[in-house]
Amino acid sequence: MLFIDAWQFIVAHPGRFAGALTTHVALSAAALGLAIAMAVPVGVLLADSRRGTQLAITAANFGRTLPSLAVLALVMPLLGTGFVPALFALTLLALPPILINTCAALQQVDADLVDAARGMGMTYAQVMNQVELPVAMPVIFAGIRTASVQVVSGAVLASYIGGGGLGDFITAGIAMMALPQLLVGAIPATMLALGADWLFGLLQRTLTPVGMRAT
Amino acid sequence: MKWLGNNWDQVLVALGEHIVISFTALAIAFFLSLVIGILAARSERVFRWAIAFTGFLYTIPTLAFLALLIPVVGLGRANAIICMVAFSLMIMIRNVAIGIREVPADVVDAARGMGMRGIDILAMIELPLALPVIVAGLRIATVTVISVAVVAAYINAGGLGTLIFSGISNDFAPKIWVGGLTSCALAVAADLSLARIERWLRHRAD
Repeated sequence: MLFIDAWQFIVAHPGRFAGALTTHVALSAAALGLAIAMAVPVGVLLADSRRGTQLAITAANFGRTLPSLAVLALVMPLLGTGFVPALFALTLLALPPILINTCAALQQVDADLVDAARGMGMTYAQVMNQVELPVAMPVIFAGIRTASVQVVSGAVLASYIGGGGLGDFITAGIAMMALPQLLVGAIPATMLALGADWLFGLLQRTLTPVGMRAT
Repeated sequence: MKWLGNNWDQVLVALGEHIVISFTALAIAFFLSLVIGILAARSERVFRWAIAFTGFLYTIPTLAFLALLIPVVGLGRANAIICMVAFSLMIMIRNVAIGIREVPADVVDAARGMGMRGIDILAMIELPLALPVIVAGLRIATVTVISVAVVAAYINAGGLGTLIFSGISNDFAPKIWVGGLTSCALAVAADLSLARIERWLRHRAD
């Protein structure tokens, strides 16, 4: 019964639902994209030194103990409410897993492999682009996958600072104790998180170099 | 800081509630994970199904999960605890099962050769040897649950999230900082205590 009511709510307000869904996807995708664009290059630079890696891991571990809600809430006094502050907070939340995995993956690349590539006359950039990054790719993508689920989940909380998205239906549903409306937010948000996990799992497998795939 | 000086009693109450919610959930989840993890260590099929199902629970966004439970259990602490239990199962079941599986087969064989029964092998050989991996899982789950439990304040479960939410609605940053940083401190303290307990247990066994 509840599910039918929820469906009828969507049918009655197609524009609102589509708008919230679009905002949610846009917010998550933009935050994830920005985080990848920042964390992967920084991870590549830091992975060169053991101290840098240690620093990245310590910072990222501290970030992990800070609640997502607190990060979103603390951005508000600085940047106000709306899409941009939410985007900023979600990008911050997505950085740690990608940074940690990039550093760890590059450090674990077999030193003999790098030596062999050097010995063949490859330049530093060639070794990085053609040997180290492809070998590290599965672990880097595992980090992106974790971050993607966190961002989609965090985007549900963006509603509290006026960021929009599917969380709006949940907060309104709780405020009015309108159960169907709760489901209109909660079920699509869950499906988006599962979808992101699935999509990045698939990409992780596809981007694994053929020679490294488990048979 | 001035706000904290005048309202520390309110912060302590919120901290107390936060500890009750997180640790009740963790205790229940740890017990369930031990049982399921031990079964999963013995059977690949149980392992695969348990990880697939609890992985699904883990992926559901927290606020969506709390919302989905409202029609079933209503608002309040029970809702929050069920949600946190569901959230932490995957991390702990995986570590219990993998920890037990990584115990060298020779050691288990030797114990069997000495005439030990299955239950004794589990209690005296497998679980103690798997302890570091099991505690590692418990530590990750603890930090995650403490940080996620903040959201539970929205469904009237109390805890440090109440400070953050009231900070948001009154546009009062000090309350948000106090709520967020106290939660951070609790997570770090719990993590370090568990590490200490694990070292103590290991030394006692040696």
